[in-house]
Amino acid sequence: MTLTNRSRKTDNSELSIVENTYFPGIFKGMGVTIKHFFSKKATIRYPEQKRYLGPVFRGHHILKRDEQGRERCTACGLCAVACPAEAISMVAAERVKGEEKLYREEKYAASYEINMLRCIFCGLCEEACPKEAVYLRHDKFVPVFTSRDQVIYGKDQLVEDMNDRYLRDAWTKEDMAKLWIKQ
Amino acid sequence: MDTVLIVKAIIVIAIFAISMLMALYETYAERVIAAFIQDRVGPDRAGPFGLLQPLADGGKLFFKEDFIPTKADKWLFILGPAVAMSTALLSSAVIPFGDTIIVAGQKIDVQGMDVNIGILWIFGIVSLGVYGILIGGWASNNKYSLYGAIRAASQTISYELAMGISLLAIILMTGSLSVKSIVLGQHGIDWNIFYQPMGFLLFLTCSLAECNRTPFDLPESENELVAGYHTEYGSMKMGLYLFSEYVNMFISSAVLASLYLGGFNYPGMDFVYSKLVGSFGEVTGHNLATALGTLTLFLKIFFFIFLFMWIRWTLPRFRYDQLMNVAWKWMMPVAIVNLIITAAAELSGKPLLYNWVGLAIFGAIYFGLFPIFKKKTVSAN
Repeated sequence: MTLTNRSRKTDNSELSIVENTYFPGIFKGMGVTIKHFFSKKATIRYPEQKRYLGPVFRGHHILKRDEQGRERCTACGLCAVACPAEAISMVAAERVKGEEKLYREEKYAASYEINMLRCIFCGLCEEACPKEAVYLRHDKFVPVFTSRDQVIYGKDQLVEDMNDRYLRDAWTKEDMAKLWIKQ
Repeated sequence: MDTVLIVKAIIVIAIFAISMLMALYETYAERVIAAFIQDRVGPDRAGPFGLLQPLADGGKLFFKEDFIPTKADKWLFILGPAVAMSTALLSSAVIPFGDTIIVAGQKIDVQGMDVNIGILWIFGIVSLGVYGILIGGWASNNKYSLYGAIRAASQTISYELAMGISLLAIILMTGSLSVKSIVLGQHGIDWNIFYQPMGFLLFLTCSLAECNRTPFDLPESENELVAGYHTEYGSMKMGLYLFSEYVNMFISSAVLASLYLGGFNYPGMDFVYSKLVGSFGEVTGHNLATALGTLTLFLKIFFFIFLFMWIRWTLPRFRYDQLMNVAWKWMMPVAIVNLIITAAAELSGKPLLYNWVGLAIFGAIYFGLFPIFKKKTVSAN
């Protein structure tokens, strides 16, 4: 059975007198290489050129706010429990009067820290979150760090900026299919 | 006399510097051409388009540990790369890089020296070049190095025969061993390649073998012999070996261009010469025409270097028995046939016509008659 019609049978017959001069083979091969010499290059020059990694890429973490700019996280701790690398830790606090514009529910995370040395970017925190608060961005990497005090990301690096909101390109299979067609 | 001496010294130093520079940038060209053929972009980080890459490579080689194995013969180990490099540089002395320049009323050849046995000089030096590889491989006291060295020696000896015989045809046509007069004999577009197409192919193949380049890179075949004769070498000693290979390639290209593609001759050169002399005067015009000729020669050299690299990244390596078969059973006899055809054509008085007639007859006999004999022997079995 053949899966494709691309396979060729090995030719073990003796070379003809013209083929035995090696010239037909050499010219054929040189033609192939010169064609590749002028063809488009496959290389992506990485730091300058970045390619689109798809809407499901798991990159930098983000703590989402809702439409009115209130933090969604209620410090329930499910993400910390789900995390296989135990990278997430948080301290919960009660919302006081006057903070209704800052936090959506009565309880919030006073501090929320992710240790990026431990994080394996598996995305289980995103799946565990009941409040749709934590996400892994598809468009941003966690940058390279050079010392240990840059490793623990606090709320200042994680909470979403309302002027530059994060939107995922596709949520469903149908969106995804449309995106592929567009590319 | 003094001006002649000074100008000659300048020319010699310039040729030396150009050979080194060419070797430097051949490494870059090799990497870029390899990358392009493999759909990559190659080195492009050091400087614009990666043009400083050879300097970075050279710097790296200088700072690596200069290691000599304990069991190696120390002095021969050091002598090997030195011999390889100096022989590679010596052979450029007799190649005419241009016609003549007029300085202070005297005509001076743009050439290291115009000896009347120039082509023999090149052959002698090239044959010495294999000593560098042989000494280095032998002194390393390593079986892979020794294998590489032995292969290099046998390959060079085998291919020098076919090379010499195909060269004899050229000497027959020109009647001189001086490279300068061989080049001058190909005035305009009267190039030897039109008289000697088969000789050209033979010579090209042999010079690939002499430079130890793919498909004849058995001495340093990395998947059989680690790295061949330079397995034990590191640092700048290794660098000298690699460098001498690239200098050899430049010299071979120059020799090929001089012998077969007319050196510094180009079509319409008389017209250009008279125009230049007419508009710039006798001295400046002559010198400008010579510079144009040198430029043409370098274009031809670049073409051959590209061809060598193109071949390297296309063809797989020969097996050892194939290598010897090609040298002794194919190229030697064909070279001798070529010599006979050329001799007959020279006697006939119309060399261009009768060379092609002779080649056509040879082709007809070879491709037309041999298969019939072959079939008979097969059926007899």
